[in-house]
Amino acid sequence: MGASNYLLSLLLLLPLVGAIVIALSPRANVGLQKTLGMAFSLAAFAVSLLLVSGFQPIAEMQFVERYEWIPAYGISFHLGIDGISLWLVILTTFLTPIALLGSWSSIADRVKEFNVFMLLLEVGMLGVFFALDLFVFYIFWEAMLIPMYFLIGIWGHGRRIYAAVKFFLYTMAGSVLMLVAFLVLYKETGAVGFGLAELLQRPVEPGLQFWLFLAFALAFAIKVPMFPFHTWLPDAHVEAPTAGSVILAGVLLKMGGYGFLRLAMPLFPQAAMEMAPWIALLAVIGIVYGALVSLVQPDMKKLVAYSSVSHLGFVMLGVAAFSTTSVTGAVYQMLNHGISTGALFLMVGMLYDRRHTRDIAEFGGLKTVMPWFSALFLMVGLSSIAVPGFNGFVGEFLILVGSWRAFPGYVIVASLGVILAAAYMLWMIQRVLYGEVTNPKNEKLADLTPRELVVLLPLLFLAVYMGIFSPQFTRTIEPSVAALVRDVRAAGAPVHNAAALPAPAPAR
Amino acid sequence: MSGYLFLIPLLPLLGFVLNFVVGTRLAKPKPFATAVAWSTVALSLVLSVFAVIEAAGAPDHQIGQVLFSWIPGGMAETVAGPRPFAIDWALRVDPLSSVMLMVVCGVGFLIHVYAAGYMAHDPGYARFFSYLNLFMFAMLTLVMGANFLVLFVGWEGVGLCSYLLIGFWYHKQSASDAGKKAFIVNRVGDAFFLLGMFTLFVNFGSLDFATVTAALSGGHAEAGWNGPLTFAALMLFLGACGKSAQVPLYVWLPDAMEGPTPVSALIHAATMVTAGVYMVARSSALYVLAPNALLVVALVGAFTALFAASIGLVQTDIKRVLAYSTVSQLGYMFLACGVGAFSAGVFHLGTHAFFKALLFLCAGSVIHAMSGEQELPKMGGLRKKLPWTHATMLIGCIAIAGIPPLAGFFSKDEILWSAFRHGGYGQLVWATGLLTAGMTAFYMFRLYHLTFSGRFRGTHEQEHHLHESPKVMTIPLALLAVGAVFAGLLGIPAALGGSNWIEHFLHPAIATLGGHGAAAAGEAGHGTELMLMGVSVAVAALGIGLAWVLYAADLSKAEGLAKSFAGVHRVLLHKYYVDELYGAVFVRGLVLGGGRALFSSDRMVFDGGGGEVKAGLGVNGLAWFTRDVISKLSNLWDRYVVDGAVNFTGFVFDNGSYYLRHLQNGFVQHYILYSAMGVLLLVGLTRLVTY
Repeated sequence: MGASNYLLSLLLLLPLVGAIVIALSPRANVGLQKTLGMAFSLAAFAVSLLLVSGFQPIAEMQFVERYEWIPAYGISFHLGIDGISLWLVILTTFLTPIALLGSWSSIADRVKEFNVFMLLLEVGMLGVFFALDLFVFYIFWEAMLIPMYFLIGIWGHGRRIYAAVKFFLYTMAGSVLMLVAFLVLYKETGAVGFGLAELLQRPVEPGLQFWLFLAFALAFAIKVPMFPFHTWLPDAHVEAPTAGSVILAGVLLKMGGYGFLRLAMPLFPQAAMEMAPWIALLAVIGIVYGALVSLVQPDMKKLVAYSSVSHLGFVMLGVAAFSTTSVTGAVYQMLNHGISTGALFLMVGMLYDRRHTRDIAEFGGLKTVMPWFSALFLMVGLSSIAVPGFNGFVGEFLILVGSWRAFPGYVIVASLGVILAAAYMLWMIQRVLYGEVTNPKNEKLADLTPRELVVLLPLLFLAVYMGIFSPQFTRTIEPSVAALVRDVRAAGAPVHNAAALPAPAPAR
Repeated sequence: MSGYLFLIPLLPLLGFVLNFVVGTRLAKPKPFATAVAWSTVALSLVLSVFAVIEAAGAPDHQIGQVLFSWIPGGMAETVAGPRPFAIDWALRVDPLSSVMLMVVCGVGFLIHVYAAGYMAHDPGYARFFSYLNLFMFAMLTLVMGANFLVLFVGWEGVGLCSYLLIGFWYHKQSASDAGKKAFIVNRVGDAFFLLGMFTLFVNFGSLDFATVTAALSGGHAEAGWNGPLTFAALMLFLGACGKSAQVPLYVWLPDAMEGPTPVSALIHAATMVTAGVYMVARSSALYVLAPNALLVVALVGAFTALFAASIGLVQTDIKRVLAYSTVSQLGYMFLACGVGAFSAGVFHLGTHAFFKALLFLCAGSVIHAMSGEQELPKMGGLRKKLPWTHATMLIGCIAIAGIPPLAGFFSKDEILWSAFRHGGYGQLVWATGLLTAGMTAFYMFRLYHLTFSGRFRGTHEQEHHLHESPKVMTIPLALLAVGAVFAGLLGIPAALGGSNWIEHFLHPAIATLGGHGAAAAGEAGHGTELMLMGVSVAVAALGIGLAWVLYAADLSKAEGLAKSFAGVHRVLLHKYYVDELYGAVFVRGLVLGGGRALFSSDRMVFDGGGGEVKAGLGVNGLAWFTRDVISKLSNLWDRYVVDGAVNFTGFVFDNGSYYLRHLQNGFVQHYILYSAMGVLLLVGLTRLVTY
């Protein structure tokens, strides 16, 4: 094993050290700060690739590290990854340098702080995916909030304060409940500690499971975000700088689905199985709701933000259906969404850099002046709306086919989302790219620069690669998912004295 | 031996990449783009011929190639218990895909040749051919896919190419509108297609055609409407309605005529729009076990045939007449499938590909000669000026009208006869089909006379420019005309002393209804069949004659007729106002109206206060409450209650945080306070529970 014993710690340390180094660097030397930020994030990405090469396609936690931290409360700094977190970790280390490069010239103010916050954010996100101890999980979960709050609040647009605070309050509301639930769980399981593995062996009685699950579910549902807890997302995205949006959509939104899979469902299996139809109901409402609202947005970023509500609805439908196929699809779709929506935000940001507007009506006919931008924009759009051959299709298909047994009625409704996605995306593309150049301000727009191409091409390559060679990824995802589904299903078999809510009847 | 199959779709894909990446950047793209586009499709054609011959000689009439595992998804739950979910990227050539391969590659290659002339002066020449090659890739994937999902890749792929090519002249609002409409309406069908696939997978644990067919064969027909087979069959058919432009999803095809004419010929007449018929024939084993689904297929097909033909009677745009004709003829093919005569449907698909591609390309030649004019009332008298176009178009018109011995006669007659002898609803759809045949003959010869007979009605300038098209365009016309004349000979019925070769050829790939098929029609049937042939030829002749009377010399009689039936004429001219209805109900009503309503619910209900922080309900109301009420209280708390320790913590954070002062935002202080309280709470609570 050797060095691989410390890979996860190393991955946490790299961006953290990077942040400290940048913080200590001379304020005037902006170029050095950018270079350092890029270097540390690329180093983290390179190290994270070692995880992929060393990962065995089995269900067990790997690269596990454990250090005693607060023994009095059974808290240890316990890290590890399995097939569910592996690719989310890679997504995080991959998107961070992309987001930094994407903001290379658009962030001119307080470059130092920007790089520091981006790297701290990366530490927080990686910590959440690594954590195998609830206390550690909570620390990172909260730590992640702060840099994102500042990213929106400092480098955001007009209503950034409103958006930052809204983002903050929403997520805080969820976390506080989650914290209380942690403590109750700690007491109920005999106060042996916060280790996930230990807690899993001490199931809580069904009546209490229900309430604890509810608290966890609320925190995660806000993060996803699921309908009706989604209204922070459009504001946060619209006001956030491009890099913030990329990380927010790319990684932060995945925390919700990940939280369900890692904590809420395995810890409270009976409640989870009982509540699954309700989660699925909210998920499909979100699919249709997000898509319909997306259609009428005049602002490109808001349109993409609402489309995320719809996409994440698919993910949550897969999570709720809880078959191996649907959950594998959900995990895969989280990655896909990170790539295609990340690319969409980057491209909207590129237009914003040129025109300082994201208003769809301001554009039109860009295909004539920016042919390469237009070709890439169309491809990213197609990947986002799950055209076969692109990544999104594999994820959506696995989710829907895997959910068909459990929720045929919901799958039928969800397929409306497939149609509406084509409508909002192609309509936006038409209004931005096609037609004559009517606005004189668009006549001289420059096509993509080499830097922008370097930002976009890796994303586009992955969008196609993941659409065709999905086994490269699902091979490692699937064993962990299968084990999770098996365990939760076994432990979650209906118990009659469970706090019963009448399940909504599937439509078919 | 079949290891080369992957090259058949891959070559055009390579052509796409080359033309898109290299061709579009060249200053003079024409030689490069033409060479790439023609050679890749020609090579695919040659390889297809090899594949078809090899498959025909194989003991089980098929050859296949598995390329790689595409979507594995662990163990999936099916009706029969957990099954491994595994979908391969696999190709297969059997008799049914052989017919499609020949049509797609053969007609496709001719259209590629023609397009080099038609698009010669377009600035987007390389882009055009790159899209056209991409289309060939998708279409070949569609017909060669060995399972529903690979078929679906091609299925959405051709839809995408259709979108790109309809909107090829993206400067035009109407073109990009039409492209978008095509994609979205197709997506509606695709969503149903997906539901059909889910049902099949959950019931059979596989999406492979051979596996599903094997599981179905020998099964019992499913009564009622609720069974999984009927459900799957209906969902797949709705998918086919989108792709093959059937009621209620036909609305995109007439608009698709915004695309360049070679596109209309290739995609919107000969190949892509027939994909639905192909898919239903491919699923014939499913349909024969779902009689109610078959009934729906027959009725929708018959209704669409008649409905679209009636609109075609009065349209004045030459391409729109052909578009409605295509919708109508596709209805014919579904009508055939609906009475269990899948091979007759596929036969008509083949003959139609020849004569409809021919008609479109002739129309393109006419438009080319008329300097872009597409309105029939502005044409007339072009016979002398466009001799090749005239001759070949006349052949196309005769073929589609169903006059023997041209191609359309045999395939159309096979369909009508199959419908007639099917019994039950068969006779109703036979009568509809017969009526449609008469209308088809009428509107096609109306188009012919308006174009070629009488005197020229266009402008002086147009008349001056009139010219026959170059050889690169007329040679494909001639070759397609040969096909339109002779393709029918593949299916000469027994009643006329033939052996109906095509039906025997397709037999291994297509299921038949029990107690049906060639064997059921004995010698006794031949008399009836011959009599029915006579009837349908007479009806066609009637249509042709009527068109001659009304349109051959002058148009006064036709105009008089339109005046005396002004109401009917207006309804037909406006296509029964279906586009207006869909626009009001679905687009502006449910979708846009719904979107706006939901968006305002976000602002007014969930957020409250219309997006502003003020007293009220929702998130903003809560924020107001926190800011304006709680903060005042906590301010008091801060000042008078909290002891020095907390104040000190606040002081440290406050002064230590550089950003805080820049933000000048009270909320962050609160966060620090909450955090501090959280830590205290944590420590306190854990003490509490530990001791």
